Amino acid sequence: MENTITLKKQTVENKKYMSTAIPEDPILQLKKVSISYTAGKNAVNNVNADIRKKCITAIMGPSGCGKSTLLRAINRMHELYPDIRISGEILMNNRNILKMNPMEVRRMAGMVFQRPNPFPTMSIYENVLAGYKLNGISLPKKEKDELVETCLTNVGLWNEVKDSLLKKGTFLSGGQQQRLCIARALALKPEVLLMDEPTSALDPIATNRIEELLLQLKNEFTILIVTHNMSQAARISDYSMFMYLGELIEYDKTQNMFTNPKDKRTEEYLNGQFG
Amino acid sequence: MFYSLISGAIPAFEHFGVFRFIFSAEWDPHPEAEQYGALSFITGTVLTSFLALVFCLPFSLPVALFTGEYFKGKKVASVISAVIDLLAGIPSIVYGLWGFYTLRPLIMDLGLSSQGFGILTASLVLAIMIIPYAASLSAEFISMVPRELKEGAYSLGATRLEVIRNVIFPASGSGIFASYILALGRALGETMAVTMLIGNTNNIPYSLGDTGNTMASVIANQFGEADGLKLSSLIAIGLLLFLITAIINFIGKLIMKKLS
Amino acid sequence: MKPMSSLTYRHFKDRLFFWTVCIFSALTAIPLILIIWEVVKKGYKQINLNFFTETAPSTLDAMLARNSGELIPGGIANGITGTLLMVVIASLLAIPTGILGGIYLSEKPKTWFSILIRFLTDLVQGSPSIVIGIIAYSWIVKPLGSYSALAGSIALSIMMLPLIIRSTEETLKMLPGSLKEAGLALGASYTRVILKVLLPSAFGGLFTGILLAISRVMGETAPLMLTALGSSAINWDILKPTSAVPLLIWEFYNDPNLIDMIWSSSLFLLLSILLLNIIAKQVARKWKIQ
Repeated sequence: MENTITLKKQTVENKKYMSTAIPEDPILQLKKVSISYTAGKNAVNNVNADIRKKCITAIMGPSGCGKSTLLRAINRMHELYPDIRISGEILMNNRNILKMNPMEVRRMAGMVFQRPNPFPTMSIYENVLAGYKLNGISLPKKEKDELVETCLTNVGLWNEVKDSLLKKGTFLSGGQQQRLCIARALALKPEVLLMDEPTSALDPIATNRIEELLLQLKNEFTILIVTHNMSQAARISDYSMFMYLGELIEYDKTQNMFTNPKDKRTEEYLNGQFG
Repeated sequence: MFYSLISGAIPAFEHFGVFRFIFSAEWDPHPEAEQYGALSFITGTVLTSFLALVFCLPFSLPVALFTGEYFKGKKVASVISAVIDLLAGIPSIVYGLWGFYTLRPLIMDLGLSSQGFGILTASLVLAIMIIPYAASLSAEFISMVPRELKEGAYSLGATRLEVIRNVIFPASGSGIFASYILALGRALGETMAVTMLIGNTNNIPYSLGDTGNTMASVIANQFGEADGLKLSSLIAIGLLLFLITAIINFIGKLIMKKLS
Repeated sequence: MKPMSSLTYRHFKDRLFFWTVCIFSALTAIPLILIIWEVVKKGYKQINLNFFTETAPSTLDAMLARNSGELIPGGIANGITGTLLMVVIASLLAIPTGILGGIYLSEKPKTWFSILIRFLTDLVQGSPSIVIGIIAYSWIVKPLGSYSALAGSIALSIMMLPLIIRSTEETLKMLPGSLKEAGLALGASYTRVILKVLLPSAFGGLFTGILLAISRVMGETAPLMLTALGSSAINWDILKPTSAVPLLIWEFYNDPNLIDMIWSSSLFLLLSILLLNIIAKQVARKWKIQ
């Protein structure tokens, strides 16, 4: 009993920390977002947060805290699994994406997955343009060539693959594949780029390259990245969220959170005491 | 096994020559001037099997998508799978009876053939018989397409149809192809139902309404009363049928092995 | 850039395709329902006690009964006993060999011999049943000079063999490797481990495989036409021609006076196969390897 009371107290106090952290110029606003797999038990519980444009925002937390679930809801990927229920509002540029056509939402919010997943039946060139092909949009050849070059240059892959554009994407190394997937998402010029632990399947060198790439990309794109690697969050993100058991515990400028966590659980997590 | 087929077939091959036996369409048991050639039966077999494949496609592919993608792991999918299993369990001879008493009158009513026998009737029943093989195998390949790939495509804004067309079919295409090859192998050797419906005439069929004979049906029909050269010719047809199905199955298995 | 094809149109196409898939999938159930309906509707009235105890009627008796509007007398006892006889002999031949083959394949998957076995298994499994009939004919019928139940059993067992080998191999492969190691670690000999540990744990899978193999060959007609031929009396001598349920259906089909009997025989055959399938599924569910 006592435990639940203290927990409740803390949740109330959380609001306080949150208010100091709301960034101006939000591109994405989460309002009372709750997501549940089975009725009565929320995987994500009443999350409120604004995500700032052209910044990297990291979502951290121990596994099972609902961070991936939340990220996938922004892309409405949760609808692929019909048992999942969601309530609240997610506003992207002030439009509630939960009321929009999911295909449109997904085009506006690009997603990069844990494990690189280039389409094995398509060449590198086709992989970059996959979004257009899948959406049934045909571009003139010249525009296609330009787009492929820009996107691959953006992810630093152009020089490595420009001579083998017609080879299958699966022949690349893991890190290259992941950058190809980022290029594929960027090609659709998304409003936000959602990344679900994009480096967890990669070696340190490849991870490093991706992190550099993200720092560079934030000049143009808004990035929301889920990671359970705290140092990664510290290295690259401008803002950080800490989630625990489906709740958003703390949300602040990364620097503030790492130097001066306001919630005890955040502190314990950052000190490596659980997770 | 192989040896007994070949030794049984040798008299026919010796008498007519392998080449002439395969490419002659004549089948004349007239004593003193016996003439046996397999061409009309080979044509009948190939024609009915390929037609059956064409007819089964619009049903087996949706079933494969239904059980392997749209409703994978759901109750509805297991209902459809049970239906497919039951279809596979019905003996050939019962299919033949059904084709004879239900389908044949229908074909006659539609004016497609005066007697209701023939290539079309046989292929239609054959198609129903091979749906289970084609559907359950291709469903397996469709359901093996990794989830990550599908999610990757959805995240780019594709509809389910677009995911199926651009991701699932390309990724499982050769497996689906192999499933249909194996289903073709089934159709080639199917005996009883075809024997009851094809009309059993020893000629090359030229249209859907024509009657004919397949390699399997001519053996089933004439084996009992055959001896001497005719028996040997029938065994030779059996040998040819065995070789054709073995090659077809081998190709199918080869494609599947390459995939795994 | 060309304008995007509109979202509503794409959504519409997607829905249209989905419903097409559903409708065509549902359509595949129609032939099944029609077949079962027809067999049941026309077959049930012939099924009575006589149907199981008496042999197939002669054409003359059937004609007389038809003319006076009665049910055709007689049954399919000769077919039932024949099927039983041949399936039992075929099982006796195929089950031990098949299980041994399956054990060999799962224990030594890479030797040249197992590659050969696997190839032959595929070959036999893919061959048309009528070809198997020809082979059994030239093995047994020709040398012995007479059609016989033995020849039929051989044909059926050739067809069962690959099915049993495959299901044994698959089942044994699914057993956890630790099971074998645990047995060996207790100092049991290799053979004993296989006999006392592996086979009992795999029992459910093996049994299911065997039942399915039996249900598959039970409805076979073509190979029996070339081997067992048929007989109008009940026969237990394996060297004499013997009838079987599918063979009787074929005979009835060819005899206008006996037409009414085909449906009851088909109904019986269908029900037996269905029953075997259901038992197999139940066994598989109950004995599922954890």
